[in-house]
Order: sequence, then C-alpha cells, then structure tokens
Amino acid sequence: MVNQNKDLLAKIAARHPQVEIAENGQIHVPVNHLVDFMRDLRDNFGFNYLTNLTATDYKDYMTVVYNPCIAEQAEMLHIIVKIDRDNPQVPSMVPIWGGANWQEREVYDLLGVVFTGHPDLRRILLDSDWEGHPLRKDYEWETYREK
Amino acid sequence: MDLRQEVYTLNLGPQHPSTHGVFRVLLTLDGETVVDATSVPGYLHRGIEKIVEDRTYAQVIPYTDRLDYLAGMLMNWGYVLAVEKLAGIEVPERAEYIRVIVGELSRIASHQIAVGSMASDLGGLTGFIYNFRDREYILDLLEMLSGSRMTFSFMRIGGVASDITDEFIGKTREFIDYFPKNGIEEYNNFITGNEIFQARSKNIAVVSREKALDMSLSGPVLRASGVAHDLRKVRPYSVYPHFDFDVPVGENGDSFDRYYLHILEMEQSLRIIEQALDNLPDGPIMAKVSRNFKPPVGEAYAEVESSKGILGVYVVSDGTTKPYRVHFRRPSFINLGHFDEMIKGWKIADVIAVLASLDIVLGEVDC
Repeated sequence: MVNQNKDLLAKIAARHPQVEIAENGQIHVPVNHLVDFMRDLRDNFGFNYLTNLTATDYKDYMTVVYNPCIAEQAEMLHIIVKIDRDNPQVPSMVPIWGGANWQEREVYDLLGVVFTGHPDLRRILLDSDWEGHPLRKDYEWETYREK
Repeated sequence: MDLRQEVYTLNLGPQHPSTHGVFRVLLTLDGETVVDATSVPGYLHRGIEKIVEDRTYAQVIPYTDRLDYLAGMLMNWGYVLAVEKLAGIEVPERAEYIRVIVGELSRIASHQIAVGSMASDLGGLTGFIYNFRDREYILDLLEMLSGSRMTFSFMRIGGVASDITDEFIGKTREFIDYFPKNGIEEYNNFITGNEIFQARSKNIAVVSREKALDMSLSGPVLRASGVAHDLRKVRPYSVYPHFDFDVPVGENGDSFDRYYLHILEMEQSLRIIEQALDNLPDGPIMAKVSRNFKPPVGEAYAEVESSKGILGVYVVSDGTTKPYRVHFRRPSFINLGHFDEMIKGWKIADVIAVLASLDIVLGEVDC
C-alpha cells in the first residue's frame, strides 16, 4: 500500500512547487516537469526502484501512473501525469529506471502512449501489424458474453 | 588460418517444453554462444485487463486465477487487496489468517514447480517427479477448501469464500510434519547437492544488486542478488507482522542462488503456516460488502509478495459496479524483461537453465 509518509511528501512539495499533492498522498506532476522530478526522486530521495508504470484512458485525456519505491524500505509513491489524448506523449523513464523498458512497451502497445526517448518502442503483447490500441475506451470489440 | 564462422539465428519456441509455456526467443548464435537475443512474449495474451472492464468487481476474481495459475491464491489476493484499499474495507482477522495460510500453501506449490522444472530443464527429470508428488498434497488441501485444484477463486472482496475445517487444519499439520524431512530434504539430495546441477547453475548469468534494482526485478530473482526486499517484511500487509519468519537472500545473484532461494522460502512458508494455525482467531470470515458493490470514484494501487515477485494491482473506479480500469503489474513479465541481457555470452544450453531460474509463468507474462 502507498505509505503515507507526510514528512517525505512535505519535503517533496517544498522542492517542487510545480507538483500538486492530493489529500490521499497521490502526486500530480505536469508532464514538462516529469523528468526533473523523477531524477530528483532517484538521486536525492533514494527512490531506486520503479515498481509499476501504467496508463488510463479517460476519453478527454489520459493519465500515466508511476509507482517508484525504495528497495528494502516501505516507501512507495503514486505519481499521476495527465497527458493529451490526441497526441499522447510522455518522456521515457528508461534512462532513469531500466525496469521501465517493457512496461512502457506494454503501455504503448495497449494504449498508444508514445514514450519519447525509449530505446526500442515496439508492440510487445500484440502482433506488430495489429491495428489500434485495445485498452483505449473507444476501441471496438465484442465481449462474447450475454449481457 | 581463420576459422571464424558466420553467426546465425535460431528460433526457440513458442512451442517448446523448456520455455515453460508459449514463449519465444530469437537467438543470434556464434557457434553455441549467444551473441544477441530478442524475447517475443504475447502468445498467451488474452486481454484480461480489457475483459474485466466489462465485469463487476466480484466477477474479476476468476480471471486473476488465470494469471499465475501456479499460485492462484496469491493472484486473488493481490486483486482483492487493491479493491479493499480503494473502497476502504476492513477484512476480519480470521479471514486474514486464512488468506495467509492458503497464500503460503500456494507459494510452496508454486516454488515446487520452480524447483522441479529447474531440475528437469537441466536434465534431471527425477527431481521434477518428486516435486510433483508433494505438490499434489497441497492441491488436495486447496481443493478441499475451494473445489478446484488450481483455479481457486477463493478470496472475496472483504474476506474469503469459506471457512477452513478441522479436517483441513489436521491435514495441513500433517503436511507441515511430512514436508521438511520427506520433501525438502529429498530435493536437496536429488537436486541442490548434485554436482552436475551445481556446475550448470553456479556463477551462471550473474545479476548484480544494482542491475537487479535498476531493472525492477522482484521476488527470488531480486533477492538472489542480495536485496532483502520482501513486501511481507518491508511493507507488511494483512497479518504478516504477527508472524516470525526470515527473508533469505542470495550472495552471488547467479542461477544457483535464484534456484536455492525457492527451497529456503518453502521452509519459511511452513513456519508462517504453522504459526497461523496455532493462533487462528475466531470470528467472521467476511466483511459486510454490498451485493451491488460500488467503490467510490478514485484509483488505488496495492502490492503483494507473490511467489514470483511483486504482484501489483491498479484499480480505477468511476463509481459504477464495474471497474473502469484494472492493471496487473506481473512479476514474471518484468523479470523476463531482463532475460535478453542475462543470456548474452552464455551457451545455448545455459539459456534454458537461466530461463528456468527466472521461474516465469506465461499466463502471467502475457496477461
């Protein structure tokens, strides 16, 4: 579970006035500040492990979600970045955490988010000639199940 | 005279017993040495994350069984924990104890496959058979509770589906008595101490502590590199703080350490199950959860320590009876992301051994 470390969040907020920290501890970061913010988390706050990276389509916009944590400790953050749905671009985290590699490929494959600077952004689960991105809300599919 | 030969490409899988399911890897070889590798997952992709957007919260549970189908209980747990966090549901203590018992049994069953298949991939099929013999014991226990050998769907949002019986407790205690002497010791005799097995796994595909962290590896694969990151200890969930157990870590980060941690973790799981049975509290096994369950609008991410590593589940609610978005952070998928790098420079026979030491399951990799 996201550890609600108030002191840590206050320290982060003091160093990064651009970010917004919600009451439940979730951190909203503007996309143009993302790389600086993440680098600072890794280099100066010890967040050496990116456990999860995913995205959601909200029809008007999309969000990319990151959960960095500190190995051998309880700390984990929940970072939300809002991006444009028609031009879904966000900087790749691979230079900061190598573990982002396959996770970003998966998000690209299923939601069509482009991670700029990714070393090898290809589909990973679907065929390379697959059309569309299934986890987008306007993707047409049949459920094969009685309603 | 220059005898250098051309490199060539070899396609391994997707249909090959030693790829543990339908996994394909394209190897570029110079003789028998791997120069380059490209993993191609996705052959078992069923689109579970998409399917569950059209299911109610409770209906998602059976789909989680089909992620890591060797440790279904732990998959159930990751999902219900995330939903409970999103909706703020308090789970009764007895239900938490039952979750720990069945979860740790599932972990042992999964580790038995890891140990057995590693032996068989290195040519020792005997080790495989003995692990399957003992795993059957656990599957019988879990079938007694859930009616199913592998796809349990046993956990519920707010608790568990049924209470454990005296018969289950008695049989589980029998297993705890039986397993260390007749199971683990035999594995050590057959596999761990085997000279060929050690020669094929020690100092092979070493992953440093820094690399393991950078690549977000988790589970025994991460701990083999000396990182004591086990969520049951570092970020305890459920009732794990009630139990006394150790987190074994490796020293070398090689295939042997990755293998041997599974053996050591089975011993720790037995300790946890025994303590949970001794201190099992009375009380209800389900919290009050409405049949027409609708979590408040918002999102939550929760993680459990599964047998393969960190299973994270991200759930977004739009306030209806169906989840708006579900994402599974599957440990096998992310661990496999480092495979191409690990096998470079090793022989083709080592490829199989290294893959076995990663202990992947394709239902989870491909989701």
